[in-house]
Amino acid sequence: MQCERTIRVLIAKPGLDGHDRGAKVIARALRDAGMEVIYTGLRQTPEQIVEAAIQEDVDVIGLSILSGAHNVLFPRIMELLKEKGIDDILVIGGGVIPHDDIPFLKKCGIAEVFTPGTPISQIIEFIKNNVKK
Amino acid sequence: MELVDGILKKDKRAAARLITLIEREDPTAIDALKKLYKYTGNSIVIGITGPPGAGKSSLVNELAKKMREKGKTVGIIAVDPTSPFTGGALLGDRIRMQELTLDPGIFIRSMASRGSLGGIAKATYDAVNVLDAFGMDYIIIETVGVGQTEIDIVKVADMVVVVLVPGLGDDVQAIKAGIMEIADIFAVNKSDREGADKLVTEIEMMLDLSQNELDLRPPIVKTVATSGIGIDELEAKISEHLSYIQYKGVLEQKRKEKTREKFMELIKFHISKIIFQEKGNIIENLLKDISNKVIDPYTAMEKLLQCILKGE
Repeated sequence: MQCERTIRVLIAKPGLDGHDRGAKVIARALRDAGMEVIYTGLRQTPEQIVEAAIQEDVDVIGLSILSGAHNVLFPRIMELLKEKGIDDILVIGGGVIPHDDIPFLKKCGIAEVFTPGTPISQIIEFIKNNVKK
Repeated sequence: MELVDGILKKDKRAAARLITLIEREDPTAIDALKKLYKYTGNSIVIGITGPPGAGKSSLVNELAKKMREKGKTVGIIAVDPTSPFTGGALLGDRIRMQELTLDPGIFIRSMASRGSLGGIAKATYDAVNVLDAFGMDYIIIETVGVGQTEIDIVKVADMVVVVLVPGLGDDVQAIKAGIMEIADIFAVNKSDREGADKLVTEIEMMLDLSQNELDLRPPIVKTVATSGIGIDELEAKISEHLSYIQYKGVLEQKRKEKTREKFMELIKFHISKIIFQEKGNIIENLLKDISNKVIDPYTAMEKLLQCILKGE
């Protein structure tokens, strides 16, 4: 029945900031774009995020972070994925992330970083064009 | 077969991938399920159902923790609704189960209902078999938030806990048909709220009126999932019910019926598929005649049956 196969996305909030309005807006928008979005709630460790991604067999992990700890947490998540031999999940990030930090995050394997003001349609397009499975 | 070996060796990635293939109705999933079938039948399957916001996820979280304390492994399938408009879904049951994520004896899978209206997804049946073959002692299925008639959970679970909360309606609600009839155990959650005792009384009254074929009356347990109140009792009632249905042979009987039903469904599905494929022309021609009032649908049906039986 489904002509395109359903894209599964894990929206995760790593670290200690307690604001998930942005994550929820994205989750809702991806849902409306026909994706299955798993939201795991606030304050997740990189280990929890990677384990949830495995059990849910997602195509995409979307990391939302506002605390400023992205330079530590994002690379850690990429490291854990690598350790588990997972290379078919598209990882993207968003939130309050200075532009100067983006090249480093991309070097670690984050496919794209979306900062405030990004149109949601751009994120949806990016996901649809870049899912690996 | 890589996936099958992986699952038998308790590789969660393999289990997760096979569930995805099942959801996609990928033909390779059937091959894997064929090989896994002989390893199934060892898990106890518990359904948790109830209206949206009743606290099903929180209760599942607490129950799973209790089962883990007893050294049992737990697979969880949490179903949430798919949007009929966009085909998308927001699966949020894991939010209440964060503390279980890293437990090696737990596997949680969020599942979108993908068009099924009975409270679970089409893929739920086979996903249960995957977790069963994986070796989980218990499999808990959390249905979508249900209203009154979404009771497909009885077709897959060995026993069902219906979760209710105070304040949803008067005592006539309790004697209506549907979801109230499928409970092996009632959990009155958020029981620290006003009206909990009244709800318990209403369920008791409903049970007084019903003719239960077993001499086991569904117990009612008051819980507050968010603070863990009543969970010990709920777990105890579940174990009690399980030993009872095992001892009385009810479980075996139930499972035989379920196997039968599932096999019948499979036959119906494939036979109708073949008929529509192979007799498509005849069906279309008959349909034209029916529309033009040349023939009535009942006679047309008999004609079609004759064609099929004669192998024309």
